[in-house]
Amino acid sequence: MFERIDEFRWRIPKSYKQGMRVDGIIYADEAMLEDIRSDKAAEQVANVAFLPGIVRYSFGMPDLHWGYGAPIGGVGAFDSETGVLVPGFVGYDINCGIRLVKTNLTEKDVKPRIRDLVYALYNDVPAGVGSKGDIKISASEERKLLVEGSKWVVERGYGNHDDLEYTEEHGAIKGANPDAVSPRAYERGKNQSGTLGSGNHFMEVQVVDEIFDKDAASVFDLAVGQVVLMIHSGSRGLGYQVCDDYTRDMIGCLSKYNISVPDRQLACAPVNSKEAQNYLGAMRCAANYAWANRQCLMHLARGVFEKVFQMSPKDLGMDLIYDVAHNIAKLEKYTIDGKEKTLCVHRKGATRAFPPGHPEIPQKYQKTGQPVIIPGDMGRNSYLLTGTKKAEETFYSTCHGAGRLMSRSAAIRACRGRSISRELEDKGIIVKSSGRETLAEEAPEAYKDVNEVVRIVEGAGISKRVARMRPIGVIKG
Amino acid sequence: MMKRYEQFPHTADIGVHVYGGTLKELFANAAFSMFDIIADLEGLKEPVSMDIKLSAPNSDELLVAWLDELLYNFYTKSIIFSRFEIEELSDTAIKAKVFGRPVGDNRNRLKTEIKAITYSGLAVKESKDGFKVDIIFDV
Repeated sequence: MFERIDEFRWRIPKSYKQGMRVDGIIYADEAMLEDIRSDKAAEQVANVAFLPGIVRYSFGMPDLHWGYGAPIGGVGAFDSETGVLVPGFVGYDINCGIRLVKTNLTEKDVKPRIRDLVYALYNDVPAGVGSKGDIKISASEERKLLVEGSKWVVERGYGNHDDLEYTEEHGAIKGANPDAVSPRAYERGKNQSGTLGSGNHFMEVQVVDEIFDKDAASVFDLAVGQVVLMIHSGSRGLGYQVCDDYTRDMIGCLSKYNISVPDRQLACAPVNSKEAQNYLGAMRCAANYAWANRQCLMHLARGVFEKVFQMSPKDLGMDLIYDVAHNIAKLEKYTIDGKEKTLCVHRKGATRAFPPGHPEIPQKYQKTGQPVIIPGDMGRNSYLLTGTKKAEETFYSTCHGAGRLMSRSAAIRACRGRSISRELEDKGIIVKSSGRETLAEEAPEAYKDVNEVVRIVEGAGISKRVARMRPIGVIKG
Repeated sequence: MMKRYEQFPHTADIGVHVYGGTLKELFANAAFSMFDIIADLEGLKEPVSMDIKLSAPNSDELLVAWLDELLYNFYTKSIIFSRFEIEELSDTAIKAKVFGRPVGDNRNRLKTEIKAITYSGLAVKESKDGFKVDIIFDV
């Protein structure tokens, strides 16, 4: 099924399955391809290639794994005139994403207090199934939050205006339409602003372990031994319900638009149809909700650091480096066959990675390119990368994490009789989790090695390594 | 007795094979599998009940709509459902009474956050042994 293109690229030719409109391209080396072969992810890369209006290729990043409909680690761009919009190719957790926060603290400052810090974060940040946040708002205010995203919460004291500058889309993508969000989605989102969620959502205290690009690291104000904070969360119940509502809607209109899909979860509608435009308006609301949510979480964490270290915000220097979405669909312009076209780029478990000089990234990062934040598992490493010109080939997209290797039940089986928190503690990592089985499900061995994933995206030239981090404190939902 | 459901390995999410001697049993067991993943149901009392009536274009979509409805009620009314009496069921409509207990003091029973019921590969199948369906839950 795979044809080797070069050391880091493999082709699934469109002859693989009747109905594929373009080839699939997977970024991997030989060893990683073996992992990819072990589940149905590559099959899902091929399924995406069936969809109308797909441009260039159906892409799979090296952290590719089996999802529903489209794979996780999948990228696909569709012509905005002839192509489709696919809610299942964004996923239920719309704008699940990640932010990286700098501190002025070093490992030496934090290590003696790490247990207090982790327990205080665990106490102050609502996490776990059905958890509720401390932002209680009326329905009319919630509509504003969905349009204004991070700005809405910043104006209510959760952070500062600089945070907006360093958030993708300034924390509020334009074109959000609160009327396209169902009453059920409002209801599910109502009490969840400022909650972490569960499963693989986390907050990690990390130490910069190695610097690969000194110039870029100095722009990000990072040095070896420095402590940073990483936050991974999404749009909670509101986003899940938006995807649910519109997937059902689009299953209903497949015949109307004469579209056939190899998997119902890939139900879609033409980008310019009423159904797709409504979804886009609702998806943007969910994305803004997620940015507001991560903004609240960061604010709560800053408060915890101030309390634990008895330091002022100024001395702590907890500036946001960047916040990226890794489940989202966006309209972006690219030159295809010599013509400028607006494409609807879907990234599901993939990160936008704009190159140096791109107008949509902050002034401060014009020379480095967009920061790309790649979390690994809780026992090994995470990375800060930057975007490159070469990534134009993937519509400026790259990996989003380590990628799962084991199913949750297999991870629980592999961890039976072991104490994962003790094992991590032996490695100097303090961890707290609300879910009973979360630590086993999220055990480091359940994931691919993020070092390998990052080696491949750098080898292929679609991102560049700036810094590597290792965790010292983890809270999981 | 026939197994109600079993999990199958799925890399990112949770997959279940659900079984039922009848279509009604299949729908009840699918709901049971979902709440059995969400919470520890062992010995959970069922002081509250709720009536559910839904319709959909076909049995696959009806099954998803049924599970969606229960998940929505779990999140918005904070009730863990554990018993499902299907009163009427066709390929396009369901009427049921469901029983459960408010989360309240049972928060420590909660295990896994199911985000959604996916349509991926979902198809209700009938054989000589009864009904079967595979469901992938996004977690």
